[in-house]
Amino acid sequence: MRRRIALLALLSAFVLAPLAAGPYLLSVLVVVMYMAYLGQAWNIMMGFAGQLSLGHSLYGGLGAYVTAALFVNWGVPAVLGLPAGIAVAVAAGAVVGALGFRFGVKGVYFALLTIAFAEFTRVLFEHIPSLGGTGGLFLPVGSRDGVDLLRLRGHPLMFYYLILAMAVGAFLLCRRLLACRIGYQWLAVREDQEAAQALGINVFRAKLAAVMLSAGLTAAGGVFFAFYYNTLFPTQAFGMGRSIDIILAPIVGGLGTLFGPILGALILTPLGELITWGTEALGFKAAGLKQLCYGLSLLAIVKFLPDGVWPWLRRRIGFDPADDEEEGT
Amino acid sequence: MLRIEGLDLFYGDAQALSGVSLTVPQGGITAIIGANGAGKTSLIRAIAGMERPRRGTIVFDGRDITGWDSHRICDLGLGQVAEGRQIFPSMTVADNLELGAMIPRGRAAAAATLNRVWEIFPRLLERRGQTAGTLSGGEQQMLAIGRCLMGQPRLIMFDEPSLGLSPAMVQEVFAVIRRLHDEGLTIVLVEQNVALSLGMADHACVLENGRVAMEGGGGELLGDDRVREAYLGL
Repeated sequence: MRRRIALLALLSAFVLAPLAAGPYLLSVLVVVMYMAYLGQAWNIMMGFAGQLSLGHSLYGGLGAYVTAALFVNWGVPAVLGLPAGIAVAVAAGAVVGALGFRFGVKGVYFALLTIAFAEFTRVLFEHIPSLGGTGGLFLPVGSRDGVDLLRLRGHPLMFYYLILAMAVGAFLLCRRLLACRIGYQWLAVREDQEAAQALGINVFRAKLAAVMLSAGLTAAGGVFFAFYYNTLFPTQAFGMGRSIDIILAPIVGGLGTLFGPILGALILTPLGELITWGTEALGFKAAGLKQLCYGLSLLAIVKFLPDGVWPWLRRRIGFDPADDEEEGT
Repeated sequence: MLRIEGLDLFYGDAQALSGVSLTVPQGGITAIIGANGAGKTSLIRAIAGMERPRRGTIVFDGRDITGWDSHRICDLGLGQVAEGRQIFPSMTVADNLELGAMIPRGRAAAAATLNRVWEIFPRLLERRGQTAGTLSGGEQQMLAIGRCLMGQPRLIMFDEPSLGLSPAMVQEVFAVIRRLHDEGLTIVLVEQNVALSLGMADHACVLENGRVAMEGGGGELLGDDRVREAYLGL
């Protein structure tokens, strides 16, 4: 009961936040929700199924580019381009997963494989002139006032509520998945793949499902990104930096937990903004300082809270862990 | 029930099994003994589909299962209790058992099987909400056996079930194996405890350097001078 009230209060705070926020704060909130959403998607692969992907920008980038290209070149509204973008990303996830898992590529080597795919996709997109190449793909900026969900053009508030809904949806989906057979199988694979195999769990299929689902969700996040910022560059959309950004929130918040990605995003994004604001206020430019602080906070987390902030916080406020990871059992 | 013919298994260039042939009769207890590195665990892993043999055939229940994926083999009713117990330490006892019933074969009757497991292992019922990592070694072995039962196997391969257990616990685990045998399950038993396993086996074979060195009845091998000298130190 207490848990429900706390959750409702949190959700209400997010829903009502724009009332108190100016345009700048609203843009920060959008990024928070965007990172929480992507973190949730990545967490399915790493946190649940134990498969480290360091090339998740591949899926976000594919979703973004496919949907944006359909819109720019043929005027296909985002709502129709989205399934195509997701389909391409899911297919890419299936290829990466099938190659890696069929040939027993594990751990760090699998992570390297995911980086390789993201990198060569980046190079590929840099050489497609019709998609702008290295010069980038620019979406025509539409009216900033209305609400057009079909074309994803409109007021920043629309984008905020959209990404909030996506983050809440991803949270609920993950919660549901963990109570299902596939969720159990993921946790078994994460904990001891050999043992899972010995029990007759189809380890290959379970891992492939995790990659494909994670890729599809990440692609939807990429589509949001494309239509919110209206610009796409291969170096960013498929870049290593984007992949790292995706994994930070769930690691800081707590791998494999449902609140971890949300909490991580709530900590990291404002931290980054604070550093940018602080250095500007002090009148100097320090490129890379944000990244440095991210790195330091990551070090601090690994050193002091190796399970992430949420498992620690959960103990402090007396939430039963069974309410989180093993909801519904 | 299980017939293995001319099985060759390699890890890279190292040959783990060479020309292993073995027949496991239905309803019996077949013991496989041998020194460390003789290929016992490799044989079990090959039968379970967790390693792919280079040559040879494995026939279970009249079906050639050579090269099948492990989950399909499990689903035929060929279960295993792996060496070192391999439970999921951070999950509860109940969740561990539930994971044993993930294969289609185990799913339908999971509730009934669970009651049977509670009945065989009342201590697991007492500890069902506890994380498996907090159980004692003997309880973990029971959990591993119970989890295997959840998949409704007709044949269970045990790999070193007595490893690291106290003598009293070893007796308890073997009593369970005997009981499962009495209830009609076919048992394959890989054991270091040669006297104990040969004593209860109808049929046994000795593996040496990946080959079958000897084969015969359990009592027969127990009385064999070479076995007594090499494995019992008599």
